[in-house]
Amino acid sequence: MSQQQQQSTQNLTLVQAVRDGLYGEMERDDDVIVLGEDVGKNGGVFRATQGLYDEFGEKRVIDTPLAESGIVGTSVGMAAYGLKPVAEMQFMGFIYPAFDQIISHAARLRTRSRGRFSCPLVVRAPYGGGIRAPEHHSESKEAFFAHEPGLKVVIPSTPYDTKGLLASAIRDPDPVIFLEPKLIYRAFREEVPDETYTVPIGEAATRREGDDVSVFTWGAMTRPTMEAAEQLAENEGIECDVVDLRTLSPLDDEAILESFKKTGRAVVVHEAPKTGGLAGEITATIQEEALLYQEAPVKRVTGFDTPFPLYALEDYYLPEAARIADGIRETYEF
Amino acid sequence: MSTLQRDPREQVRVLDEDGRVVDGATVPDLDDDQMVEMYRNMKLARHFDQRAVSLQRQGRMGTYPPLSGQEGAQIGSAMALDEEDWMVPSYREHGAAYARGLKLHQTLRYWMGDERGNELRDLNIFPVAVPIATQVLHASGLAWGAKLKGDRKAFMCYFGDGATSEGDFHEGLNFAGVFDVPAVFFCNNNQWAISVPRERQTASETIAQKAVAYGFEGVQVDGMDPLAVYKVAREAVEKAKADDPEDLRPTLIEAVQYRFGAHTTADDPSVYRDDDEVERWKAKDPIPRLESYLYEQGVLDQERIDAVQQSVEEEVADAIETAESLERPEPAAIFEHVYEGMPKRLQQQRQYLEQLRERHGDEELLE
Repeated sequence: MSQQQQQSTQNLTLVQAVRDGLYGEMERDDDVIVLGEDVGKNGGVFRATQGLYDEFGEKRVIDTPLAESGIVGTSVGMAAYGLKPVAEMQFMGFIYPAFDQIISHAARLRTRSRGRFSCPLVVRAPYGGGIRAPEHHSESKEAFFAHEPGLKVVIPSTPYDTKGLLASAIRDPDPVIFLEPKLIYRAFREEVPDETYTVPIGEAATRREGDDVSVFTWGAMTRPTMEAAEQLAENEGIECDVVDLRTLSPLDDEAILESFKKTGRAVVVHEAPKTGGLAGEITATIQEEALLYQEAPVKRVTGFDTPFPLYALEDYYLPEAARIADGIRETYEF
Repeated sequence: MSTLQRDPREQVRVLDEDGRVVDGATVPDLDDDQMVEMYRNMKLARHFDQRAVSLQRQGRMGTYPPLSGQEGAQIGSAMALDEEDWMVPSYREHGAAYARGLKLHQTLRYWMGDERGNELRDLNIFPVAVPIATQVLHASGLAWGAKLKGDRKAFMCYFGDGATSEGDFHEGLNFAGVFDVPAVFFCNNNQWAISVPRERQTASETIAQKAVAYGFEGVQVDGMDPLAVYKVAREAVEKAKADDPEDLRPTLIEAVQYRFGAHTTADDPSVYRDDDEVERWKAKDPIPRLESYLYEQGVLDQERIDAVQQSVEEEVADAIETAESLERPEPAAIFEHVYEGMPKRLQQQRQYLEQLRERHGDEELLE
């Protein structure tokens, strides 16, 4: 890396990249506003909006009353009026009061008005388990939103992607559900450019190349998946192609099929419950489009079909490297 | 004292049930042409409504929510808006939307199941909201957006008495009060949320007094008195656009009225309310009230009344013809406007639908 490039990057955690991404977009476009509970003076309960209030003031960084439907419903109106609201849900487990506004209005505004109004709204929510949080703080319900036409669903897994995908989400003319893997908010750092940049929505990233088994995952599960893949390669000679989907709607069908056609074997890893989860959609896509390449049943390594447990048992619930490696091995040996 | 500053339990009235100005009331400052326009808009809304119900009965239109009885509230409030202002309707504001410039054939198209009825490009009207009270938040957000952008516009949001039980009503008014947005919340209290009476929606004596809890003014008005509705709505609109930002505040208006017909054409009101009640409210019908007043004032004579009746009948007939003469929308329209750009899966599904049509022909496919 040249000296010039080194000067223009920072070593950021994922949550710092959220903050940096918001900052960059707010500086770039006066119409971008941030609103939610405790996002202002307090800088967000995870500090994802730290310093934005001081920088941009109370008209652009707005502490709202404690009301999720209120936050998203007013954001729909503001978005229709020409602003670009970025609404924070403090935890994904509290998004349900806003569900009606997201599904019934944000997702449909363009269709219902025959293209007159778009809803350039971003709903950010920390999602997922593994941080010893109380009840209702660990949910991973991306499938609800990926099922809904009119929405886009994005889940980054690295600081670099976080900043670039968040910029894309804010600039996107359609509503984007932007889910942040809070388990890895501060787990590691990565060089992130100071300048604003975008990472395209709808494109998966291959994190590791291999010819034996395709493993599809996203968000917080990318790290245990990579850990399993490295161990299998080192100890058993099984080479995985690890694809981080990054966007769950629209899915990158091409990346999924390209990888699968290379390996003929697939494992899908997510922490959300198994039934009705995105793994089912990815499996069906493979069945419809690439059956003749298939060498083994597609394996799903997921959370269980139970409410997310209190933290004494959450490690049993969440897929980790050993469980993921079992799934890959089983598929490889079929 | 502004009309808005009175006790929210006292109803504002200008005309009594016979169309005479009540003691101490002031008639709003509308010239003769505006008065006749108000009268004509109400007559048109009534006739349109009767024809729309009939079209549904004949199988020429889908389920339709009638408005008869609510013309005074709809027309009086919509005419209180200035051109730059917005209305955020529920699903029953056909009359109010007409007064804001929406063509009747568009309204018919929407209820005939054609999305093109929702194309309101140049009008400051937000799309119809079918879920209850969700639009209250959109109105607060639109008004908030205008305020943040430094625009001076009022946003009139319509909803029914049932909507006041929803969380979104509370959240919408709460946000509006906290952020002082230029919204006017207009509750069409028509006594029945389908089959559940107003008394089962809230234990509050009035809906208007709920505004106290949000820190702004609430006013109850006789919703079947178009002049009283115009008066309070106009004051609320002016307050939303006050010169001094300190005076810019939202308002809640409760317009007490009655829907003469069913909730929708799929509903049978005889199951939950008796004829006596309907007759009692019909005595308050807003149209003859304004007609008598204008007749007494010499603004209307029988000839003019007949001419208005004839012209609204012609206009509605033309609108029905226009709506029915339009060809079905193209099937591919289903896929348009879901996203700004069409994702690959949607492109593939659109192609698949076209292949199905080619293979089978529409007749076989839709059998």
